[in-house]
Amino acid sequence: MILLALISILFVGGLIAWASESVDANFPRIIALITVIVELAVVCLLLLQDSSAGGWVASVDAAWIPRFGISFYLAADGLSVLMIALTAFLGLIAVGSAWSEIHERAGFFYFNLLWTLAGVIGVFTALDLFLFFFFWEIMLIPMYFIIAIWGHENKNYAAMKFFIFTQVSGMLMLIAIVMMAYLHFVEFGNLSFKYQDLLNLSVANPLQFWIMLGFFIGFATKLPSVPFHAWLPDAHSQAPTAGSVILAGVLLKTGAYGLIRFAIPLFPEASAQFAPFAMGLAAFSILYCAKVAFAQSDIKRLIAYTSVSHMGFVTLGIYAWNEQALQGAVMTMLAHGLSAAALFMLAGGLQHRIHTRNMNEMGGFWIHAPRMAVVTMFFSIAALGMPGLGNFVGEFLALLGAFQVNVLATVASAFGLIFASVYSLWVIQKIFQGGYCDSHFEVSKLRDLDRREMSYYALMMFGLIWMGLYPQPFLDLAEPVLTSLLASTQSVAATLIPIPTLTPTMGAGL
Amino acid sequence: MISFDDLLPLLPLLIVTLTVVVTMIVIGIRRSFIVSGALTILGLLLAACVAMVMLPWTNQQVTPLLIIDQYSLLFTVITCVASMFIAVFSFPYFFRLDDHKEEFYLLVGLATVGAIVMVSSNHFISTVLGLETLSMSLYGMIAYPLHSKDSANYPLEASVKYLILSACASCFILFGMALVYAQTGTLSFTSLAVLDPELVLHEGYTVVALLLISTGMAFKLSLAPFHLWTPDVYEGSPLPATAYLATVGKMAMAVLLLRFLTSTEALSFGAIPVVFSLIAIASIIVGNLLALLQENLKRILAYSSIAHMGYLLIAVVSSHVSGEGISVEAISFYLIAYVVMSLGAFAILSTLSSSENEIDQVTDYQGLFWRSPWLATMLIAMLLSLAGIPLTVGFIGKFYIFFAGVESSLWVLLAALVIGSGIGLYYYLRIVYIILQPLKARQQTSFPIAGIESVSSYFVIGLLFLLLILLGVYPSPLVSLIKSASSFI
Repeated sequence: MILLALISILFVGGLIAWASESVDANFPRIIALITVIVELAVVCLLLLQDSSAGGWVASVDAAWIPRFGISFYLAADGLSVLMIALTAFLGLIAVGSAWSEIHERAGFFYFNLLWTLAGVIGVFTALDLFLFFFFWEIMLIPMYFIIAIWGHENKNYAAMKFFIFTQVSGMLMLIAIVMMAYLHFVEFGNLSFKYQDLLNLSVANPLQFWIMLGFFIGFATKLPSVPFHAWLPDAHSQAPTAGSVILAGVLLKTGAYGLIRFAIPLFPEASAQFAPFAMGLAAFSILYCAKVAFAQSDIKRLIAYTSVSHMGFVTLGIYAWNEQALQGAVMTMLAHGLSAAALFMLAGGLQHRIHTRNMNEMGGFWIHAPRMAVVTMFFSIAALGMPGLGNFVGEFLALLGAFQVNVLATVASAFGLIFASVYSLWVIQKIFQGGYCDSHFEVSKLRDLDRREMSYYALMMFGLIWMGLYPQPFLDLAEPVLTSLLASTQSVAATLIPIPTLTPTMGAGL
Repeated sequence: MISFDDLLPLLPLLIVTLTVVVTMIVIGIRRSFIVSGALTILGLLLAACVAMVMLPWTNQQVTPLLIIDQYSLLFTVITCVASMFIAVFSFPYFFRLDDHKEEFYLLVGLATVGAIVMVSSNHFISTVLGLETLSMSLYGMIAYPLHSKDSANYPLEASVKYLILSACASCFILFGMALVYAQTGTLSFTSLAVLDPELVLHEGYTVVALLLISTGMAFKLSLAPFHLWTPDVYEGSPLPATAYLATVGKMAMAVLLLRFLTSTEALSFGAIPVVFSLIAIASIIVGNLLALLQENLKRILAYSSIAHMGYLLIAVVSSHVSGEGISVEAISFYLIAYVVMSLGAFAILSTLSSSENEIDQVTDYQGLFWRSPWLATMLIAMLLSLAGIPLTVGFIGKFYIFFAGVESSLWVLLAALVIGSGIGLYYYLRIVYIILQPLKARQQTSFPIAGIESVSSYFVIGLLFLLLILLGVYPSPLVSLIKSASSFI
């Protein structure tokens, strides 16, 4: 029931926020804030429940469309709980970042924001594949509205591109899902979309490979990985700040979550065959997008490309499919969620103040906005993988795990860390150092961060430092899930990839 | 002799017929738009209720012409309800027409009689009777505002175009029937696949006959390459007539096509499934691509209906491959979903328009969301449903089609479906985007202020919206109803 509450709080809160607009223009944001705080409280309740057994912490199961064996089946384990916590936390941050930015039609804005979050939490908890797809699509529509209504100059193009990319790739995934259900019918005599039922399927290989590819394209588009990433820079640069926060912070993570939860466990053999290719794609994503990021003058586009680059480490870690690498992927998802969201908020804050995202028109801002400069410096350094902060733990573990499986891709990917420092420091130099430049705006517009903004950044900094210095609680939550996933696929995968023996307490060794 | 027991299953048909007659007499005594409207609406509602009550226990061949079983009754209910909805929202539309307006309801009633005969037909004679009754009434409905001085569009052009082309299509069907009759000596839908072995020599005849009949039916369903009339007729007709043509007309034809194909086993003739597959692909691609270029909402809906009928054909082709599979259910669900969502879209268009001022340019809808948020939300929901987005009935419909396609391994058709839906998103989202834009400054006069006469159509729109969401979120009741009804096909 607690999972149902998690989702319905957001749905209902969204409706109330929209309706309250007609009473007072300030109500929607207050109601949205209350909703996400209640949500966070419920997530804390969920965290308190014992998940060490590796089983499901909470679940809801009810028949939905019996004709197709579809049930309304939600369940959460440690991995889902981590992702839900990230979603709820970034929901709070997103409401905060929209607080002073969104004044027009605020009711509908917060409605969309909360419904996106509800869809995302649905994705992280649904274990019926039809339901999963249902939520997967539901989170897109409000996001489309957020970009299309409150976006910047080229919003129509960006919103359309975002929607068509994700929807078409989603349809391929739907075909794959339907095929799974149908194959279950052929093998066991009844239709089922249930995750546990589909895990038992044994699909012959050429077919398994095609179905796996349907899932991979769906998830790789959302992740995004290189050939499917073209929507992301446009969507990010045009979305309002809160939209970017949600997009970078949680929406991208649904793709990685899908790979871990569905794409590989359901198709272990095909995935093992596909792994070298996927890891190659990941290495290419990391290097290519780092290079492209360096060529951008639009600060939001730059951060968007760095997101693609960092998500490459996640793909690399997932397809290495051993415990270190998977823990690394999960940690990178969490840490990148915070650091990318913070960077997008900073970029959005800058744009809100001086109405440009073009870095060529900026320079020397350190003098007038020292707090902003320091905060940007912190998150840039986090993003480039400085030891002691969350991103380092994630990327290091991902590389460590991947090295045992695919040396070439890992070595190539490691260069991404160097490129990351180049573009991150370059951003700092361009915007905050050098000669002061204000040819396009009044200096009075360049206000420094106020107390409210500082408090959000402080929260995120705390998160990153925590993950960097003491990642054990996070690793502990994910560990039982990952080991059971590994165990379920190992028998198959062992025949294809040599997997080194794992040290049981590898997380503690850090 | 036909006994009373034989006639009982025909009760819905008789009620609708009686409604038409009574309405006509009442008009003869005293002209009143509201009275004739109310009579028609009540008659259709009664027929729908009676059919609903009869649904669980009626399964009877009434005369050799009509089969009254769960399946035909299910679609009788939907035909009556859809016609009733159209009757309701045509009231504000024609309210200010400067001509006699009462007879429009007679035409709606008559067309419904034709549609009910079509969905219950398993004989060539009743096919022709139903088809022609429906088409004849539609000619009149399309040309209805002809004598109005300030009619919004070109009803005469549309009507003549539809009359000539539709008559041609009927000729194709009749010729095909004649060829079948020459082979079998019977006019009822019986299996052509198990013909007398001596007649196998004449299989060529049969294939030609089936192709002729299919061509005529494809014309009525506006499948590519027989779709050329659709956008012009949609654009030129008054909105309620367009809505009738697009929803009840298409649905009755599709049910008839399904019954024809399954009873005659026409798809077992080698070339026929290939022809249908090609028609499906052509319709999906042509419909979606041409819709991209349109600025008129009625034309967009016309092309989108071409594409939707193409999606439907995927399930039709699958019904042959997989035999006992899910495809008949897929067709039925998709038809119902299609009726709900396109009727909703037309109802909203029609409520915003009137016979002298149709709001059908896409740009007219700029800022609708900020002007009347409820109406805009519902229109957006209808459009997203047409695009097949979850939470709406359109998604479940598309899911059914996917399922039918996967079950029969029709990969090429599924690829066409994915590509077509991808293209389709663009024009639906473009409309959604325009609806969400801020109001234009000089747009004060564009939307007429709706009077008290529109209240009932808002009720209909609300009902369709509820249905759209309800069936999208919890489709189980309809799914099981369709499952039991489909076993009769």
